[in-house]
Amino acid sequence: MSNASRIKFLYILMVITLLVVGFFQSWNVALTIFNLCLISSIMTLGINIQWGNAGIVNFGVMGFAALGGLANIIISMPPTLNAWDSGGEIIIVGLLIFTLSIFFSIILFRKSKLNIKIKYSISFTFIISGYFIMRFLVDAPIEKIEAIEPAKTGYLGGFNLPVLLSWPIGGLLAAFSAFIIGKISLGLRSDYLAIATLGISEIIIYFLKNEDWLSRGVKNVNGLPRPVPYEIELQSKEWVLKVSNYLEIPVNELSSITVKLSYSILFIVVLLIVLFLLEIAVKSPWGRMMRAIRDNEVSANAMGKNIKQRHLQVFIIGSTIIGIAGAMLTTLDGQFTPVSYQPLRYTFLIWIMVIVGGSGNNFGSIIGGFLIWFFWVQSEPLGLWFISQITTHISDTNIIKSHLLENAAHIRLMFMGMILLITLRFAPKGLIPEVKR
Amino acid sequence: MYLLSGEKITCGYGAVDIVINCNIGVYKGKISSVVGPNGAGKSTAMKALFGLLPIKQGKVVFDGKDITNLPPQQRVLRGMGFVPQTNNIFPSLTVQENLEMGAFIDQNNINKMLEYVYDLFPILNDKKNQDAGELSGGQRQQVAVGRALMTKPKLLMLDEPSAGVSPKIMNGLFSKIKEIADQGTAVLMVEQNAKQALKISDLGFVLSQGKNLFTDSGSSLLANKEVRQAFLGG
Amino acid sequence: MDFLNGITLIANYIIIPGLTYGSQLALGALGITIIYSVLRFSNFAHGEFMSFGAMCAILLSWLFLSLGITLYPLPTAIIVLPIAIVLTISYCLIVDKFIFKFYRKQNSKSVISLIVSIGVMFFTGGLIRFIVGPGDRNFFDGERFILKARTFKNITGLNEGLTLKTTQGITIVLSVFLVILLFWFLNKTKTGKSMRAYSDNKELALLSGINPEKVVLITWVITGTLACVAGTLYGLDKSYKPFTYLHLVLPIFSAAIVGGVGNPVGAIIGGFVISFSELIITFAYKKIFFYFLPNNYVPKGLLQILSTDYKIAISFLILVLVLLIKPTGIYKGKII
Repeated sequence: MSNASRIKFLYILMVITLLVVGFFQSWNVALTIFNLCLISSIMTLGINIQWGNAGIVNFGVMGFAALGGLANIIISMPPTLNAWDSGGEIIIVGLLIFTLSIFFSIILFRKSKLNIKIKYSISFTFIISGYFIMRFLVDAPIEKIEAIEPAKTGYLGGFNLPVLLSWPIGGLLAAFSAFIIGKISLGLRSDYLAIATLGISEIIIYFLKNEDWLSRGVKNVNGLPRPVPYEIELQSKEWVLKVSNYLEIPVNELSSITVKLSYSILFIVVLLIVLFLLEIAVKSPWGRMMRAIRDNEVSANAMGKNIKQRHLQVFIIGSTIIGIAGAMLTTLDGQFTPVSYQPLRYTFLIWIMVIVGGSGNNFGSIIGGFLIWFFWVQSEPLGLWFISQITTHISDTNIIKSHLLENAAHIRLMFMGMILLITLRFAPKGLIPEVKR
Repeated sequence: MYLLSGEKITCGYGAVDIVINCNIGVYKGKISSVVGPNGAGKSTAMKALFGLLPIKQGKVVFDGKDITNLPPQQRVLRGMGFVPQTNNIFPSLTVQENLEMGAFIDQNNINKMLEYVYDLFPILNDKKNQDAGELSGGQRQQVAVGRALMTKPKLLMLDEPSAGVSPKIMNGLFSKIKEIADQGTAVLMVEQNAKQALKISDLGFVLSQGKNLFTDSGSSLLANKEVRQAFLGG
Repeated sequence: MDFLNGITLIANYIIIPGLTYGSQLALGALGITIIYSVLRFSNFAHGEFMSFGAMCAILLSWLFLSLGITLYPLPTAIIVLPIAIVLTISYCLIVDKFIFKFYRKQNSKSVISLIVSIGVMFFTGGLIRFIVGPGDRNFFDGERFILKARTFKNITGLNEGLTLKTTQGITIVLSVFLVILLFWFLNKTKTGKSMRAYSDNKELALLSGINPEKVVLITWVITGTLACVAGTLYGLDKSYKPFTYLHLVLPIFSAAIVGGVGNPVGAIIGGFVISFSELIITFAYKKIFFYFLPNNYVPKGLLQILSTDYKIAISFLILVLVLLIKPTGIYKGKII
C-alpha cells in the first residue's frame, strides 16, 4: 500500500473506532479518549521531529510536560494574598543568585586559562556559597508562604491571566529548559543523552513535587480556570435545553459532551497549526539538512555543518511542542498533580507511539499517538475480557482464576511491550514509513 | 610449491571488484611482500586470502589443500596467523593476556610459545603485566605480531606492519620479521614501505589497480628500473 | 564520650546504610556495565530483571515456608537464592534468544537495542505484575537484627545506638563475595579473559577463535546472577514492590555512568558514590553538631543540605555533574 492510501485507511479506521466507542460505550468516553489522543499526538509530533528527523533521543517528555503544566498555575491562578508580601521577591532573588553562581562557574570553567585544579576549587566554592546564600535568603520566606492557609493555598499563586495564555507560556518554559538541557547534554552519545534527559526530567518533576511555595507540591493545585464553559452554566442555557429536547439526550450528558467537544476543537486547532508548521520545516532545506546529519553524522560534519547548533535547534523545537501539549493536558484535567508525571511509564508510551506510527513521518506520529493511547485505555477492559474468556471453564472460587482476574489489568504493560517489540522486529519503519525526499 | 597461494583470485566489496585475477604466493619459511600504490587492492587481497572477504573467482590453497571457503578461525587452526592493520590488540588486557588470547583455540604449546615470543620481543617480557593499550606504537605492533605467533603458525600474515611506527622502530620490526622467517615461519606481508619490505623479501608482488604488474624476487624487483621509477621513488 | 556518640551517629545513619544501599546499587550497575561492554547497549530492562529475580525469590521462599524448610536465623529467601538465580538466568537467556539476538546479528545501532530493551522492560514489568500483583510484599523472615541499638547502648554505655540489621549484614557480605568471585572469573579464568577480550575488540576476538555465542551466554549468566541477587537483597532490605524496581534502574544507570560505563571497578565505585552522596546530602546534621560543638554554638534548624524528599534526585544531580565535567566517568569507561 502506498503511503497516501495507508494514511487514508488508518485515519478512516481511527474515525470508525471512535464512532464504535461512541455508539456502544458512550459519547462521553469516546470524547475523553479522543481529547487525550489529540494531546498524545501533539507530544508525539514533538518527539518525532527530534528522533525521526534528527535522531536525537529525548527521554525527558514528562519533565517538559510538567513544565507546561506549571505554566497553568503561573498564568491562570489568582495570586495568593500576602504571599508576595511574605518575601516572594526574596525567593526569586535567592534563586537568581544561585543561578548566577552556577552560570559564572561555567563561564570561568570555559574561558579562563587557570590550572584545572584551581578552576575546580573556585567553581566549587562559588556554587556552594551561592547555594548557601540562597538557602539563607529563601528558607524563612518559603516557610512563611507555605504557612498561609496550607490547606487551600500555601504557595505564591499566579497572575490571574486567561488560561489559554499558559499554552504558549508552557511552550516557552519548556523551550528555555530545553536550551539549558541541550547545552549540557547534546554533545553526548545517544545512550548518554537518553539517560541524561531522563535524569534531568526527573529532577524537574522532583522539584515540582517538593517546592510547595511554587506548585503546592503533592498537595496539587486544583480548580484551574477553564478556557471553555462549565457544565453547570451550560445546563441553564436555553439553547442547550432546546438541543437536548431535539436530540433526546439528557441535559447533563449533553452539557458534558459540549464541554469535551469544545476542548476537542481547541486541541484540533493546535494540532493542525503544529502539524502545518512541522511539515513546512521538514520539507525545507533546514529539514533536509537535519536528515542528512542524522543519516551520516560524519560526512555532514566534514561538510562543515554545525551539528551541535542544529541539534540544539531541533531539541528546543520538539521540547516546546511537548511543553505546549503538557500545558494543554493540565488545562484539560483542571488540576496540576506532580505525582502523575511518571517518566518511566508515560515518556516511553509517547516513544512507542512514535515508533509504531512511523519514525520520521508526522502523519504517522499522529496515528501512532491515537492508536496507542486508544489501546492503552481500552486494553485494561480488554485484558480482563481476555482472561475471563480463557478461564470460563474454571469455577469462580478457584484461587488461580481470582488471582488472574485480579491482575488482568497489568496485561496492558505486556501488550505495550509486545507492540513495541513486534513493530521493531517486523515493521521497524512503523505504520506510515518516512517519505524519502 | 607454494605454502599458501591465491590463484587467479577476484574479489571486492559489493559489485565492485578491487582485486582482479591476481596470483599471490609464499614459500615455506620464506618472506613474500605485496607492494604497490595506494588503492592497489593490497589489503583487500590479504583479507581475501585469510577468508575475511568472500572470493568471487579463483581459489586459495594452503599446504596443498583448497581452503577457499574455510572460515578464518579454521584457518588459524590449520596454521595461519593474521595481524590486522589496525585494532590488532586488546587494549584493556595485559600484554600476557593478549598473547594468551592468541593461543585461545590451541593451548597445546602455550608456555613454549610464550617463551618464544618473549625471547623474540624481550621488551614484552618486561611489560607483560601492563595493559597493552598503554604501550607505544611499536610495542603494540610487537604485541600484535606476538599474539598471531602464539598458535605456532606455519604462515604469518601481516597487514602493513609498519603503519604508524617511526622509521627507527620500523627497521627493528623488519629485522624481527626476518628473524621469524629464519626460524621457519613463512611470512606474507602487505607493505606501504616497498623498499624496506622488498629488501628482506624472497618474493615480491607488485600490484596496481588490483592486477599483478610484476612478480619477481625481492632483490630483482629492487633492481628493476621500471619498478623503481614507478613505485620506489627512483 | 561526645566524640564517640558523634561517630556512632555517623556510623548508624550514614556508613552502614550507605554501604548497604551502595552494595545494592553496585551489583545492579555491574549488570548494566557488563551488558554494555560486551553486548554494546544500555539495558533499560535491567531494573525489571532485578525485579524478576526478587519475585522468583519471593515465590520460592513461600513454597519453602509452606514445606517447612527454613534456616533460622537466615531469611528463607537466601536459601532459595540459587534456584531464583537459575530462573532469572533462564529468563534472560530466553529474552536474548527471542529478542536481543536478532539485533545483534543485524549489527543494529546501539540506540535501537536500547529502545528494544524498553519493550522488554514493559513486557517484563507487566509479566511480573501479572504474576505477583503490583502490591507491596515483605518477605523477610528470620532474625531481624545482628546488633540491636539497645544492646549496643548497654555494652558501650553511649547515648547513641548502633543497629545492624540482618539484611544489611547479608547484603554487604554477599556483595563482597560476589564481586570477588566476578573479578576472579574475569581476570583469572580463560573464559573470563576471553569475555574481556571480546568486549575490547570484537573482530580480533573472533579472529582468535573466541566463540561469540559462548561469550554472550556467559554474559547473561553473570548479568542474571547479579540482577537476581541485587533485586532480592534490595527487596529484603526495603520491601518488594514492582513499581520501585521500575525506578531503581535510574540510580543504577547513574552509578554505572558516574563510575565509567563498561568498567566493572567503576560500577562499584559509582554505586558507593551515589549511595553516600544521597545520604550525606540529605542527612540532618543538627545532632552531629550537638555532639561536636559546645552547646551554645549549635545552630537552629535541621541543617540539611537538601530535604530528604530529594534523595533520588541526587543521583541525577551527580550524573549531570559527571556528564558536564567528565563524561567518561571516574574510571575511564568505553567510548564507542
